[in-house]
Amino acid sequence: MTTRNPRRADFPLLAANPGLYYLDSAATSQKPRVVLDAMRDYYERDNANPHRGAYALSARATDRYHEARERVAQFLGVSDADCLVFTRGTTESLNLVATAWGHANVREEDEIVVTALEHHANFVPWQQLAIARGARFVVCPLTSDHRVDLDALRTLVGPRTKVLAFNHVSNALGTVNPVDQIAAIGRAVGALIVCDGAQGAPHIRVGFDTLDVDFYAFSGHKMCGPMGIGGLVGRRPILEAMPPYQFGGDMIEFVRDEESTWASLPHKLEAGTPNVGDAVGLAAACDYLDSVGLDAVLEHERALVRLATDRLRAIDGVCIYGPKPSERSGVVSFSVAGIHPHDLSTVLDQDGVCIRAGQHCAQPLMRRLGVSATARASFYLYNDEADVDALVRGVLRAKEVFAGSELNEDELVPCRGAR
Amino acid sequence: MSDLQELYQSIILDHNRRPKNYGPLDEANRRAEGRNPSCGDEVRVELRVADDRIEDVRFTAAGCAVSRASASIMTQNVKGKSREDVDKLFEQFHALVTGKVKPTEQEARALGELAAFAGVARFPIRVKCASMPWHVLQQALRGDTHATESANTSEPPTI
Repeated sequence: MTTRNPRRADFPLLAANPGLYYLDSAATSQKPRVVLDAMRDYYERDNANPHRGAYALSARATDRYHEARERVAQFLGVSDADCLVFTRGTTESLNLVATAWGHANVREEDEIVVTALEHHANFVPWQQLAIARGARFVVCPLTSDHRVDLDALRTLVGPRTKVLAFNHVSNALGTVNPVDQIAAIGRAVGALIVCDGAQGAPHIRVGFDTLDVDFYAFSGHKMCGPMGIGGLVGRRPILEAMPPYQFGGDMIEFVRDEESTWASLPHKLEAGTPNVGDAVGLAAACDYLDSVGLDAVLEHERALVRLATDRLRAIDGVCIYGPKPSERSGVVSFSVAGIHPHDLSTVLDQDGVCIRAGQHCAQPLMRRLGVSATARASFYLYNDEADVDALVRGVLRAKEVFAGSELNEDELVPCRGAR
Repeated sequence: MSDLQELYQSIILDHNRRPKNYGPLDEANRRAEGRNPSCGDEVRVELRVADDRIEDVRFTAAGCAVSRASASIMTQNVKGKSREDVDKLFEQFHALVTGKVKPTEQEARALGELAAFAGVARFPIRVKCASMPWHVLQQALRGDTHATESANTSEPPTI
């Protein structure tokens, strides 16, 4: 028996379940005790509605919220913390940009370019914006090893391109995109550059100040933070020029009967009572990740991805999608001939192995891979070799259960361009 | 038998490998498609209905073993049946796969190969895999052309 990763002890759910092999961190990460403690501490000592009450407790809540923003901004490399808007997560952040900036700026005949690697949250809001504004929606194809085809992108992006939206890391395959190269193609034509960082921020140092993008969206729950909070980081001149996304309390300056004026950043884009408790939890998650170091996190994941890739590839009938491990974060997307990913997931679940099976909210990508679904194992800082062992054991067991199914020609999954 | 062996028993694996009544149906006069957006399963059922009786039925599917086998065994059990018969049979089948009713030996015999799905009851998240082909069949009989499985279960689609 391999010794388990000592970091499991930091995560109450993992510590309490030694027989659990959690390989679905790309869907949501587990939460360390320090995050849970920080949230509990906030609610037990400082909870009040911030920005409102003229009493000490409310002032403390306001301070905690402000400190949380400063901390998360620092984690993402944002020196101007007021340019970090808290949202419910990546989905809301991207909808915020597509709705508020998009409707004010995208016109008929304009073009919006996304890539075929996007999950639905960075695909559908832009598709719907294009439909609403009469703009053209363009999907950039992929190379044979499932990276964004930069040559194709250069030909697709042109003077009419208003928005170029792409992910930092693909959720379905783990492909790490060359953000600067992609952004430069959009910059050359003056497009708004939007980066979906849902799978980036948990694994790779973002350094927003020096990253050449206009917006970066992220989710707290994938980076050890609580569910229900994430954010949008943007460039100040763009955020200031943008109309509000939602209207209500906290985002106004003066409300007259006929018209209203807006509060300054970030409040203009944060209508309603803010989610202080989760912001405090997210700040604690940043502390935790920094205590480990994101470089160490990524290195650890890649070592496990290499191991899992080598061991899975040695199994007859296994097909692995996406580029080589060094161009990936902690994701291994694969299929087993003759066994549907959903059935594979059920067999693995019997031994406490949690993987994702399905379309990964990325139907346009699945169509291009020529598969209806894949199995996805995703690794994070608390995983270890025992998780890889359990995954491989489970795949072999599934092959026993389905013995003979590999002869089933029409079920063979095409393995085009996979590594 | 382990839970897994009970779920993936040979009848189910055989029907997954070599489904019966598989492929398009010539002269179909009713058809419906269903999909489960979270796992990507798709089932298409085509029927020829005359005098409220299913004269013939065929299906095509991309999906897990449970949904394919369920569709295959379903098509073998509904030929000659009316919409009312199908609803009644599905009610029995649904009670079986959700574990609400443990059929007596006699009832199990009456269900024939459908009884092979009793093992699904130990896997609540797979109930929708077994029932989706039936929902699609019912939609086809009602004359609806499109069924999304998420609309028929309490589980929302994952987006």
